[in-house]
Amino acid sequence: MSHPIHLGGIDYAILLLYFLFVLGIGWALKRHMKSSADFFLSGRSIPAWITGLAFLSANLGAQEVIGMGASGAQYGIITSHFYWIGAVPAMVFLGIFMMPFYYGSKARSVPEYLKLRFDEKTRGLNALSFAVMTIFSSGISLYALALLLQTLLGWNFTFSIWTSATIVLAYICLGGLTSAIYNEVLQFFMIVFGFAPLAWLGLRDAGGWEGLKVRLAGVAAQQHFAPGTWTESWRHMGSPSANPLGVEWFGLVMGLGFVLSFGYWCTDFLVVQRAMAADSMSAARRTPIIAAFPKMLFPFIVILPGMVAVGLMQDQHGGFTLPTMGDGSPNYNLAMPMMLGHYLPSGLLGLGFTALMASFMSGMAGNVTAFNTVWTYDIYQNYVAPTKSDAHYLMVGRLATVFGVVLSVGVAYLATQFGNIMNLLQLVFAFVNAPLFATFLLGMFWRRANGHGAFFGLLFGTIAAAAHHGLTLPAGASVGIMKGGWLGAVLHTYPSAMAQNFWTALFAWSTCMAVTIAVSLATAQNKSDEQLRGLVYSLTPKPPAEDEPWYRKPVTLGAVVLAATLALNLVFA
Amino acid sequence: MNFDLRLPLGLLFSLFGALLVIYGIVSDPAIYARSLGFNVNLDWGLVLLLFGLIMLSLALRARQNRK
Repeated sequence: MSHPIHLGGIDYAILLLYFLFVLGIGWALKRHMKSSADFFLSGRSIPAWITGLAFLSANLGAQEVIGMGASGAQYGIITSHFYWIGAVPAMVFLGIFMMPFYYGSKARSVPEYLKLRFDEKTRGLNALSFAVMTIFSSGISLYALALLLQTLLGWNFTFSIWTSATIVLAYICLGGLTSAIYNEVLQFFMIVFGFAPLAWLGLRDAGGWEGLKVRLAGVAAQQHFAPGTWTESWRHMGSPSANPLGVEWFGLVMGLGFVLSFGYWCTDFLVVQRAMAADSMSAARRTPIIAAFPKMLFPFIVILPGMVAVGLMQDQHGGFTLPTMGDGSPNYNLAMPMMLGHYLPSGLLGLGFTALMASFMSGMAGNVTAFNTVWTYDIYQNYVAPTKSDAHYLMVGRLATVFGVVLSVGVAYLATQFGNIMNLLQLVFAFVNAPLFATFLLGMFWRRANGHGAFFGLLFGTIAAAAHHGLTLPAGASVGIMKGGWLGAVLHTYPSAMAQNFWTALFAWSTCMAVTIAVSLATAQNKSDEQLRGLVYSLTPKPPAEDEPWYRKPVTLGAVVLAATLALNLVFA
Repeated sequence: MNFDLRLPLGLLFSLFGALLVIYGIVSDPAIYARSLGFNVNLDWGLVLLLFGLIMLSLALRARQNRK
């Protein structure tokens, strides 16, 4: 069969030009990489607008562009909760409340903060699980990209995997974290400029927002939901059966909004590393808040095209269909790229496809740079060879990059048997990340929390997540390691896999919170007040108010972005 | 670090813009049926060109100020 999308000469010219620039930036930065601090921390010298956009872009991997487009088609505007109740408040919280401790502690990584605040075993547990997770995510990104190029353009799977992996490897080895960050900014603009025309054309074709509402009312009716379900984000959250996500407002706000989003945005070294590279405390605090502004608007370019796609499929004469999966249901993961092919002529199509590839690569590069730092500082320097020269660690960092990329390729081939990328990633987040936010919350704001408490809290939090997943099942699913119920009994059935994920995260978080508090109170504090200065809220002197104009103050900026997000929630309620 | 990201950013998007504008002028108008009749290559190319030139001029001005 022929492939659904055909690229012309101009499209390939754009693609090539882009990758020349990506590699060129790595090459230009090579002479700046003199110490391990340059390579892993960018020498803490990058201005806030750059770290801010990189903060956003490092997360723009597979789950963003493909996953959010797919969810837009499957669930409608309810998907925007991932941004308006999830990401944005968490990013503002990170900038205002948590960044002073990360940046101020001079820790070089998130696990290293845990070592300073708690103890060695807590750091080891976090460093190891994080290293595994970054490789996993990076491999999934790579796999998804290669599969996409194979399905839509007919490119060879193996060729796509190795070419993308080699490009990412080359620019990180050359320019380290700086190269990754600069390329992430390039990728941010590619994604915005590549997808914005698609959103505009799609919305115009659907007859504007009002026209889209009419079309999507038909989609909702077909699935026996109220007419506005696809275009109203809050009105149908009263009960799990009233919306396609299968979640009610409490599970959404607590599970996604509080536990999962704060757990990811506030503790994942992948994104926090970008802020740590900023050139001052104020710039580090502004980093996630600057990122929140475009983040707030991203639903319009990543979710909207998915919504338009499902509307088009409804129209019998539109001639737009999605390739189907094995069981005959439409493959929503292809909604976004198929829309590119549907609306964009040669020229812009090349720009759109380059943006798509850029998004996968930024996701992968973000993971690889976080991996090489944690591996080199928290595992290698800590356990294997503590007293080598700085040049030695720089060399180990480069080797770790190669190692990380090769492992990702391995994961990509393993991943050929997994289906929905989004739910799989959420599952991993729930097991490992959800308890972590409880540890940081207690660590930063309760001075009595100690090393034993943190370690056993994390351990039992992760076990609680796994146990909850193993004892519950989404409606209609059969027992299995991916779906749940694998502990031999099904104690509760959730309306959807999403609801199960949110509640798994809530259980993990609550268990970690309770165990950390109990164990901390039962055992002695292992750090003196002096050691905890700068790491815990109550023991850290307030920084003198910096003399800055209002638009550079983290608190003011945070308030502005929160107010705007609230307005979006109300407008699209 | 004396490496201004706005320079490669401006250069890349100016080149993209120029490419798309030229292609928009010489390409067969029939290909724009799918983009609802808009010559999006020309229109969006101009936007990219403008963005690229703004970034370039900011970078060059900053360089001049340092001297």
